[in-house]
Amino acid sequence: MTAAFVAGADAPTEVPLKRRLKRAERARQFKALALVLPLLLFLLFTFLGPIAGMLWHSVDDWEVPKTLPHTVAALSDWNGKDLPDEKAFAALAGDLQAARAAGTVAIASKRLNYVINGFRTTLASTARNLKTAPEPGTAKDTLIAVNPAWGDRATWAAIKSASGPLTSFYILGALDLTRNVDGAIVAAPAEQAIYRDVFARTFTIGFGVTALCLILGFPVAYLLANLPAGRSNLLMIFVLLPFWTSLLVRTCAWIVLLQSEGVVNDGLRWLGVIDEPLRLIYNRFGVYVAMTHVLLPFMILPLYSTMKAISPAYMRAAASLGASPVTAFRRIYLPQTLPGVGAGSLLVFILAIGYYITPALVGGAADQMISYFIAFYTTETVNWGLASALGAVLLLATLLLAVVYGKLVHGQQVTGGMKN
Amino acid sequence: MDGGMDIRTQRLVRFVGVQKTYDGEHLVVKNLDLDIRKGEFVTLLGPSGSGKTTTLMMLAGFEVPTHGEIFIADRPIKNMPPHKRDIGMVFQNYALFPHLTIEENVAFPLTVRGTAKAEVTERVRNALRMIKLENLAHRRPGQLSGGQQQRVALARALVFNPQMVLMDEPLGALDKRLREHMQLEIKQLHEQMGITVVYVTHDQGEALTMSDRIAVFNDGIVQQIDKPDALYERPVNSLVANFIGENNVLSGTVETIEQGFCRVALASGGSVVAQAVNVQGPGAATALSVRPERIVIVPDGAATDLANRLPATVQDTIYLGDHALAVLKVAGNGEFMVKLPPGAHAGLGHGQAVSIAFRPEDCRALDPV
Repeated sequence: MTAAFVAGADAPTEVPLKRRLKRAERARQFKALALVLPLLLFLLFTFLGPIAGMLWHSVDDWEVPKTLPHTVAALSDWNGKDLPDEKAFAALAGDLQAARAAGTVAIASKRLNYVINGFRTTLASTARNLKTAPEPGTAKDTLIAVNPAWGDRATWAAIKSASGPLTSFYILGALDLTRNVDGAIVAAPAEQAIYRDVFARTFTIGFGVTALCLILGFPVAYLLANLPAGRSNLLMIFVLLPFWTSLLVRTCAWIVLLQSEGVVNDGLRWLGVIDEPLRLIYNRFGVYVAMTHVLLPFMILPLYSTMKAISPAYMRAAASLGASPVTAFRRIYLPQTLPGVGAGSLLVFILAIGYYITPALVGGAADQMISYFIAFYTTETVNWGLASALGAVLLLATLLLAVVYGKLVHGQQVTGGMKN
Repeated sequence: MDGGMDIRTQRLVRFVGVQKTYDGEHLVVKNLDLDIRKGEFVTLLGPSGSGKTTTLMMLAGFEVPTHGEIFIADRPIKNMPPHKRDIGMVFQNYALFPHLTIEENVAFPLTVRGTAKAEVTERVRNALRMIKLENLAHRRPGQLSGGQQQRVALARALVFNPQMVLMDEPLGALDKRLREHMQLEIKQLHEQMGITVVYVTHDQGEALTMSDRIAVFNDGIVQQIDKPDALYERPVNSLVANFIGENNVLSGTVETIEQGFCRVALASGGSVVAQAVNVQGPGAATALSVRPERIVIVPDGAATDLANRLPATVQDTIYLGDHALAVLKVAGNGEFMVKLPPGAHAGLGHGQAVSIAFRPEDCRALDPV
């Protein structure tokens, strides 16, 4: 009787109640959204937008379709085995004359020159020498007469490969690959194949710097986490000090210290340890020293926060249970610091592989990392396609690493037994 | 237990003149002498800052005595690191290793000793069966309730058969009901295994429930060490009397002492005969201690054969289910408690004048507070 009454009383109010709850929740959600909206918009315009733009640039192929539209159309049904037919030659002649009139020949020639070195000359000379439109039916002979390169299948294959709208050319190029005349993916010629080496170097330096930061940072973080508050704060100031000076200043300080007439070499010579100055800078050593110095705080801080959360009771418990200090450290303390080690290493590694200024200033030619080449293609040769492709490969590698890290951390998630 | 056995074979731990200071000025432990017998459950009881935890930490090896020596089985342990002392320890917050499973936690003391794998498995299984948590062997500590974590910590401290187990307020983080349950469980484990336990707590009820002997700490000094009933019935000073159980205090001056009893003149007039336990002599100030259940309320004008009788005014009555308390004003003390049988509180009203009476044997003249 009572139950039926309660149920009956509840039924009509149930729907409005849910709706009211939703309304109340919605207001809260809007408030939360409003709080993060400025940052969200900021990130959208300054971070996600540029990244999307970069990814687009790495596959976008607009130059040839824009400047030689009829040629691209005429080549669309070309089988690629023999020279294209008269129609394509006529279209090219027409496109070139139009492009010359519009002054856009350079756009296409720059793009095509990436495929075949010297294409710039071929295209420019053809456009220049093609005074009038060839008679119908004679375009093929006329063009080959103007420049024998037009009698080569590879020249036409190059135009077809750059016909857009999307291309794998830059991405392949960033991986030292290219397409041959038949469109198959092959290794790039040895003199152009440098990026795999550069990527390998970038990751080697990244791993090296991460390892150095971990080896140097771990004891410092341990000390920071276990010293009494006063001294710990003082030490923390020293750890954070590098953050308060500009990256450029710190890097230049290393140049002053490490150069052949620098403080270190002078000191060692004065002590009589060496006769000739040691080469400490403009080589890999200098890169490691300067980058480790700059990135050390990024390792120490995550380690410190992890270690700070490890109660000293664990080590005492381990000792009381019969573990020697070394065993207790290895089996109890170290495993609990792993989340910090992972976070710090990932942070340092990702920052390291993106480094540009420091290797550029204190490294030699053989120590330049991938960012140097990205900057080079962006600002020097304005080859945005390749710059973007290199950036995309770097981004992919970084994301892959973050995913692996996420899996590892998730796999052995630690939940504290201590309630304090 | 107190039979004819030689004290030296019974004695496991001996503190001799142990002092401890952290800052070089203030002694946290002052001249501690304490013997703990094999198989005994000894509780160090005292308020926070009384030196009980420091004493435990010195025994475990995490603190070094500033002065004096500690012996385990008549061997000095000053230079023995904690991991070689063969002492299991249960910490206040359990200190279960969060990255290891329950099974691995309990196996830890065995694996660090290089015990054979089969034996480890066997002993861990037995230990988990003992605490009735076999089915949670593969969980991590964070997935267990406080009481379960507590039991795991206990199993971990016992699994390697240490010569002694130290417990530092192990039940402090549990709620009242679970705490009482765990008290009985620990007491049973102690009785089953016959292991020596040194237990630190500030909860006198816990100490009374579990201990063979209790050492009451205050201000770095052991005030009294005795069996629970002796501690409650026969406190040697006011501090112990006040710390253990409910206590009624009446201040006065000793008039005469005769055959272990003294007559004390109360500050508010009237006099009482009490056992002379801790008094200087005639003329000295004293604090009388009477337990609430040793007092009867006598209706005004009625006769009693109890030697001590004082006028009182009812302030309040408190009903507590199995018994009731009357709060009286006696000789200037407005918080004088008398324990009543159930139902007896009904006839007492606020402001009612009554008399209280108690035997001289139940009243102890102690040092003045």
